[in-house]
Amino acid sequence: MTVQSATPGAAAKELARREHTTSQRIQHLLHQHPALSPAIILLLTVVCFTIVNSRFSNPAALSLLVQQTAVVAALAVGQTLIILTAGIDLSVGAIAILSMMVTATLAAENGWPAGLALAAGLVLGLAAGVLNGLLVTRIGLPPFIVTLGTLSIFTALALLYSGGQSIQNNRLPALLNWTGEGFAIGRFRVTTGVLIVIGLYVVVGFALSQTSWGRHVYAVGDDPEAARLSGVRSRRVLFSVYAVAGLIYGIAGWTLIGRAGAASPNAIVDANLESITAVVIGGTSLFGGRGGLLGTLLGALIVQAFTIGLSLAGVDAQYRLLAVGVLVIVAVSVDQWIRKVRS
Amino acid sequence: MTATINQPGDTALQVPILSARGLVKTFGRVIGLDGVDLDLFPGEVLAVIGDNGAGKSTLIKCLTGALIPDAGQLTLEQAPITFRGPQDARAAGIETVYQTLAVAPALDIASNLYLGREERRPGLLGNVFRMLDHRGMRDRAAAAVRELGIQTIQNIQQTVETLSGGQRQAVAVARAAAFGSKVVVLDEPTAALGVKESNQVLDMIKGLRERGLPVILISHNMPHVWEVADRIHIQRLGRCAGVITPDSHTMTEGVAIMTGAANLEDNTST
Repeated sequence: MTVQSATPGAAAKELARREHTTSQRIQHLLHQHPALSPAIILLLTVVCFTIVNSRFSNPAALSLLVQQTAVVAALAVGQTLIILTAGIDLSVGAIAILSMMVTATLAAENGWPAGLALAAGLVLGLAAGVLNGLLVTRIGLPPFIVTLGTLSIFTALALLYSGGQSIQNNRLPALLNWTGEGFAIGRFRVTTGVLIVIGLYVVVGFALSQTSWGRHVYAVGDDPEAARLSGVRSRRVLFSVYAVAGLIYGIAGWTLIGRAGAASPNAIVDANLESITAVVIGGTSLFGGRGGLLGTLLGALIVQAFTIGLSLAGVDAQYRLLAVGVLVIVAVSVDQWIRKVRS
Repeated sequence: MTATINQPGDTALQVPILSARGLVKTFGRVIGLDGVDLDLFPGEVLAVIGDNGAGKSTLIKCLTGALIPDAGQLTLEQAPITFRGPQDARAAGIETVYQTLAVAPALDIASNLYLGREERRPGLLGNVFRMLDHRGMRDRAAAAVRELGIQTIQNIQQTVETLSGGQRQAVAVARAAAFGSKVVVLDEPTAALGVKESNQVLDMIKGLRERGLPVILISHNMPHVWEVADRIHIQRLGRCAGVITPDSHTMTEGVAIMTGAANLEDNTST
């Protein structure tokens, strides 16, 4: 050691070789595992709320947590795909509602067979996504503007088509209510809707991490021009993301019927912002190319955990909004910090 | 008159791997290329120099499919060829390293090497589930990087954003050279680099030549061009002002031809 530091330049070498500081190590860890920070936050949330009120972590409350998360979690799958490409989707809720109202109306009013009505709703969701995708990739409009416009258009269409009337589940066929059907796993209660959403996460998660399409989604979000020059058909990938997201919103609409016990054109008004909140708290970067579905699922659970936890603690429900707001700011700040990582 | 003349004796006997004849490209009233010829011979480093607006980038874009020439003929391995886009040129074996590097910062080195040409797993997992062969691509990427003698890259799973400028350039060059390509085109590879990193890139270019891979190098940096190039194609005002070698002309003479202060006939006839 002493001999080395005597030679010129050795001091700098020693300095360069010194151990990473704790903060650098944390930065690295979070950089490599984007789902780690939401996982820690969720764990802390559950522990804290359990200390405040032990009923929080009993099976009934946890089952409720999962069931209440399901619809937003489903919407957030599509939202994650779009945010990974550095876009944003404000029409998530509107597409889900439009798809759901068309399915419910066709089945309850027009006497379509349940399967056919459901298929029509899902195709409509896909078509709505295709419209968003065409406007973004062919006309080259910013995703924010496109989906701000289609948010109004699809909301209006849903209200016009349904006449602003809800359709209660007793008028709907069994297939459409199926997503609300519950069964017990041990002491937990799960609905088919929850299982469908878990299935969505598995399938889309697989596609994102294990297929070239998934690699290309990340690459396009990271740097679309670099992806194009590397031989990725950027526009086609971007278009496919919007189309797939539309179909996912349609499926989310189906799970919403089961969750709400009715098809109502005024349901989930906060869905747009809640899905974006889940994605952002989940560690996916709004600048694209970074993040993943696991984080989004955790993010969606965190938001619901605050809702249930604060109400069990007997705190004014408005504090939930406050807490979620703080979390969003913290999550985006952490993302900015992580992006500055150096080897 | 300004077409390619005085080939060095050894290349005159060889057959060019890539050649262009009478390339014309106009942008409205602006003439980008005014009938340019170019030959690239096997195993050589051909530098393309020229002032801003002389048509170097236009020429390179026509060779790599990024632009479609209005007139003229491209020949690859003696067969006429046309490109509709960069993918076509790539499929034909012409790999380009762009000035902007065209790497995805958040993806790791292996993913970047295979971006746009990912390999699937064999059997059911690959065919039906379209599952990627992550480990295989990682191993082959590591081998490709090793083969090019790039020692600075330690971990193939590092994300590109954590690399230095020289290392990113190395990744881009490795990607261009790693897939059985026939021609590698480097656009200003040392423009953004320091002295040490530039030398590493120049060594890599020499390494490509040793492996027999022909290279087209676009550069503003004359010392770098004179260090690695076998022949130098000088673009001026949309035309080829001549092809020289580092031995036949000094750097000053080269710059004089490039700026129009001298022309090749004057220099060679005396």
